[in-house]
This record gives sequence, structure tokens and C-alpha cells, in this order.
Amino acid sequence: MNQLMFIQEAISIAASLMLLISFALLAQHRLLSVLHWFSAQGIVLAITTLLVALISDHDELYFSAAMTLLLKGALLPWLLWRIIMKMHIHREVEPMVNMPVTMMIALGLVLVSFHIALPIEAISDLATHNTLAIATATVFLGMLMMITRKKAVTQVIGFLSIENALFFTAIGATHGMPMIVEIGVAFDVLIAAIIFGLFFTQMRSTFDSLDIEEIEAKAKRR
Amino acid sequence: MISPMTAPISEQLPINWFSFTLLSPLIGGLLLAFTRQAEKAFSINVIFSAATFLGSIGLALDVLQVGAHEALNGFFFVDAYNVFLVSLTSFVALTTAIYSGPYMRFEWRERGLPNHRLRLYHAMYQLFIFGMLLGFTTNNIGLMWIALELATLATVLLVSLYRTPASIAAAWKYFMLAGMGIALALFGTILIFFTSSTIFGHSNAALTWTMLYAHASELQPTVMIMAFAFLMIGYGTKIGLVPMHTWLPDAHGEGPTPVSAVLSGLLLNLALYDLVRFKMLVDLSTGSDTAGHVMIFFGTLSLLVAALSLHKQHDIKRMFSFSSIEHMGLMTIAFGIGTPLACYAGLLHMTVHSLVKSGIFFTVGHAAQAMGSQQMDRIRGLIRHHPGIGWGLLIGTAAIAGFPPFGVFTSEFLLFSATLDSYPWLIAPLLTGLLIAFAGLFRFVQPMVYGEVAEHAITVKANMVPIYVHFTLALWLGLSIPAFLSGWYKQAAALIAGG
Repeated sequence: MNQLMFIQEAISIAASLMLLISFALLAQHRLLSVLHWFSAQGIVLAITTLLVALISDHDELYFSAAMTLLLKGALLPWLLWRIIMKMHIHREVEPMVNMPVTMMIALGLVLVSFHIALPIEAISDLATHNTLAIATATVFLGMLMMITRKKAVTQVIGFLSIENALFFTAIGATHGMPMIVEIGVAFDVLIAAIIFGLFFTQMRSTFDSLDIEEIEAKAKRR
Repeated sequence: MISPMTAPISEQLPINWFSFTLLSPLIGGLLLAFTRQAEKAFSINVIFSAATFLGSIGLALDVLQVGAHEALNGFFFVDAYNVFLVSLTSFVALTTAIYSGPYMRFEWRERGLPNHRLRLYHAMYQLFIFGMLLGFTTNNIGLMWIALELATLATVLLVSLYRTPASIAAAWKYFMLAGMGIALALFGTILIFFTSSTIFGHSNAALTWTMLYAHASELQPTVMIMAFAFLMIGYGTKIGLVPMHTWLPDAHGEGPTPVSAVLSGLLLNLALYDLVRFKMLVDLSTGSDTAGHVMIFFGTLSLLVAALSLHKQHDIKRMFSFSSIEHMGLMTIAFGIGTPLACYAGLLHMTVHSLVKSGIFFTVGHAAQAMGSQQMDRIRGLIRHHPGIGWGLLIGTAAIAGFPPFGVFTSEFLLFSATLDSYPWLIAPLLTGLLIAFAGLFRFVQPMVYGEVAEHAITVKANMVPIYVHFTLALWLGLSIPAFLSGWYKQAAALIAGG
């Protein structure tokens, strides 16, 4: 029993770390720091999955944890890192104008998430059900990141961090989706990542830039 | 409560049409990815699309004989609601493949589309069809999500096929917005699993439509409403509902024309199909009309905004893509009203809109090739230049604007009657929206088809057969709906309305 409570505490801590990382992703200016935080998010996600695996009776969660660590903690960040290095944009700094406003919106989103998730949490009797509010918040913060960023690479990291947040929601709220769905989703994410890579090269050769605002302006002029 | 599914049939069918229909585009796609000769690829694309269509006919005949049933261990199922959509999808996919041969040959020869990109085009086209059919027939809401995402990802690369600055920007926007929408839809799906797994335990059964419908009253209403909010925004993005529609005109405008045709005619249908399936579930669980009201709201907003935006367009494909948003809005309203008559109207509208809109995009593609531009003020005198294309565009526009005797008129008339029964006040915005769109369509189309031929016009070899076939079918559906199809519509409408 003592061990169970310890693991539950650990899951709560992991959940708060997820939220913290979401804020960090939102606030980082430097491209490489964003990437580091993204990788950290993948690792925390893998640890959470492992912790949930310990207290639930679904053995496939161990497999999920290993997959997450490999795919989201290592492979995807490494692929992005390689692209950043190849395109020599690792020193790039993204100017963000309305940082205080963004942060206020982010705080508001967290409040909203708690407001909508708390009544639902009460229904479940899973040990991890109290993570649902934080999971919802991380989904929203990922979206906010996608909207506020202007560079293709950071938008992609926003997209992938939403993916992480959804996985986190599934792990916390239901101890993960059935295996076939999880594999399918992972497959789709992998295809998406490949398409992102293709897009970066297309943009680079057509526009010589990965700045979405610049690209849209050029596309309009044609 | 009526359970929408019958028990799985025990007798073995002679050929498993499920596997056939689903495997054909998958194998075709793989084969086309490795076909280096362009001319061969055009024929292979048509052959596999024809095979898929054949399979879907077999599937439809099965349903006519034995009724709704499950297949392959209950992982797939067909009922009156999805079987006609499967046939419609594979039919439009076939005609589009037939159309795409001459169209893409022109792009390849005259506009210098490289060989490897033609290969990418064909492979992704078949993969897209596979995703569509998987999405319609799967019995698992998780797999359904995966299928829609697959179909989306396949079309992203098709939108940027020409690698022009505008097409890359459009594809990126499409990718990002669709990605965000589909993420919200997954969140909604997880929420449904959250409540259903308390009934069925942690298993695939908790994600299976047939199981969910049978136990819908045990699902938590608060969670279901919450889930529907996310699903509405998520799948609504893919339907192209306002205000999540901004990706749609760009994606339709910049991609190759066959892609615009299948995006408008097919992909939007799949997203709407998914949303309506969820609405049926939410209605059963909550016993209220909340989900329907939300759909009516978004549908009306889309109708009005799209009708107004249509007037501001300069690009012909963008103009017709706003017409698609308008019609998706109409269908969303129909299913939102949710009476059997309204659902019947919605299903009929889904069918005729797919046929007419893809037909219009076919003619538009040829018109743009003949005039060398998609800008509407550069397209002049189509009827004198090429009577087939000119009349095609005029007839198609009349059909989509809702002129009798085309099918769109019938479905809109039915929708109006249904609206008068349930929400009379809704007639005002409905009529306003339709009239504004009507005015917009003809304001642009008239100068394009009549008058003197533009000087820069060149002769193109137009493939008019798919266009005539589509419009004839739409006309036929307007004059009389075949008994078996009407039977399906009625059954499906009863399913959707009564849950």
C-alpha cells in the first residue's frame, strides 16, 4: 500500500513537470533550448508511462514506455536536431513580442482546463484520474505554442508536444488506449514527421527561409 | 431502444468484399510508387480504382441481400449509413482517376511536372482512397481517427505537388490546422474511452461502434457532452466549418484539380460522417438535443460566412471551395436538426454535392488549362472556345446553385420542409445564405462562359465523359431516386434520427 501511494505521488510530480515543461516550451526564444525541452517532455512522458505500468495490470504499458522513450525522447528530437544543424539555423532566436500576454493567456487556459476537467475526474476510480486537468492544460498550451510561433521548426515542435500531451492524457485518464490504436497513432505521427522533413527542404529550396510569416508574404506576392 | 446493428452473419460469403475493397487501393498505391513509366501509371491508377469500385459494388449487394453486418472479427462493419458512402467514394475515385489521366498528362508534358512527382501523386492518390474507405468501414473509433489522419496526410503532399510558393504555403497551413483539429478530435476520442472503459474495461470493445451504441445509455452524459465539444471542433475543422475553415480554400486552390475534386467531394464527407456517428452516440447517451443545436449553430455560421466570402474571390477554385463550405454547412444543419426527414435530406445532399462539386472541379480544371490561369478575370468566352467545357461549367453551376430538376434542388427542398417542421425561424438565415451564394456563383460564372474568347486561350484535349456522367447522375437523383438507394437513405436516416 505504501509503495502504491509513493508511485501515485510520483505520478503527480510527473504531471506537474509536464505542465512546467509546457510553459518552458512556450517561453523559450532559442531554437535549441526549445528542442531540449521537447526532448525532456518525451522523457518525462516515458517515466510517467513506466510508473503507471507499475500500478496497473496492463503489461503492454512497459512496451509503450520503451517506445515513448525511444521515439519521443530520442528519435524525433534527434531528427529535428539534425535538420536544424544541416540548415544552420541552430543559433536562430525567435523574437516574441507579446510574451506577457501569451503567459496570461496560458494561465487562463490552465484555469479553464481545471474548470472543465474536475467534474469529469470525479467519475473515474483509476489511481491516476487526478492528472486529467493537467493533461488538458498541456494540450491547450501546445496549441497556444503552435499559434504564437512563426518559425516552421517551432510550430512542428508545438505539434509534436500536443501529440505528447494527448498521449499523457490517455495514460493518465485511461491507462493508455488499446494497443492497436496506440500503434496506429504512433505510425501516423511518424509519417507526419517525415512529411515535416520534406516540407523543410521544400521551403528551404523555394524560399530560402523557414519563417512562416515571410513565406506567406512571398506566396501572396508571387 | 433499437440497436442499429444486427448480429454478425455466420454464413461465409463467397468473396470477402471487405478485404477486396480495402486491399485494392493499398496494393495499387504500392505498385504505383514503383511505376516509373508515366503512361503505364495512368492506366494502373484507373485499373485499381475500377477494381475498388467493383469491390464496393459487391459490398453494396451484400448489404442489399443480408442487411447490416460485421466482418473480419467485428473490426469492420457496414450498415445502410456507410455502405452508400463507400460506393460513392469509390465511384468518384474512379471517375476522378479517369479524369486525372489526360489532366495530369497535360501537366506532365506541357507544364513540366517531373516524373518522380507524378509517381508521388499516384501513390498518394491511392493511399488517400485507402484511408477514406478504412475510415468509412472501420468499427473502431480509434482506427477511424487514424484513417482520417492518414487520408489527410496523403493529401498534404498532393496540395504542394507543384512546389510553387503559394502551394507550399497552402499545404503548410493545411497541415498545421488539420493537425491541430485532428488532435482535438483525438482528445474527444480519449474522453469517450475514459467513460466507456468503465463499462467494457480496458479493451477494444470500449472503442467499438456496435458495442458503444448498444450500451450508450450507460455512458456518462457529462463526459459525452464534453467529448462532443472537442469532436465538434476537431472534426469540424476537417469538414471546413467556419471559423476553422481557413485552410480549405488555400488547399483546394493550390493543389492539382483532381485533388481539389476529391478533397471537396470525398474527404469532407468522411469528416462529416464521423461527426454524425458521434452525434448519434451522444444523443443516445444524453437524451437531449444539445449536440444537434451545436451543429445547427456551426452549420448556419458556415453557410452565411461562406456565402459572403464567395463574393470576394478572384480565383475560380477558391470561389468553388467556398461553395463547398456553404454546402457542408447545409448538411451539418440537416444532421443537426436530426429528424428522419432532415437526415434524409442531408444524406441525399451529401451524395449530390459530391457528384456535382467534383464534376465542377473537373470542368474548372480544363477551363484553367485552356486559359492558362485560375484567375476568374482571365477566363472569358468558354462556350465559344470549347462548348463542352463552357456548358459543363454553366450546367454544373446551375446544379450546385439548386436549380430544379437537379438533385441539389430536391435535397434543399426536403431540408426546407424539415426545417419548417422543427425550427421555422431557421428558414430566414438558410434562405439568405443560399440566395447570396446563388448571386455570387452566377455573377462570376456568366462572364466566364459567355462573350468573346480571351486572346490567350489555347486548345486543350478535354475529357468530358466523367463530367457528363456526374451531372447525369445528379439529374437522375433529382428526377427519381432509385428504390434501393431511397431505402438506404430511409434506413440510415432512421438510424441517425433515432439512434
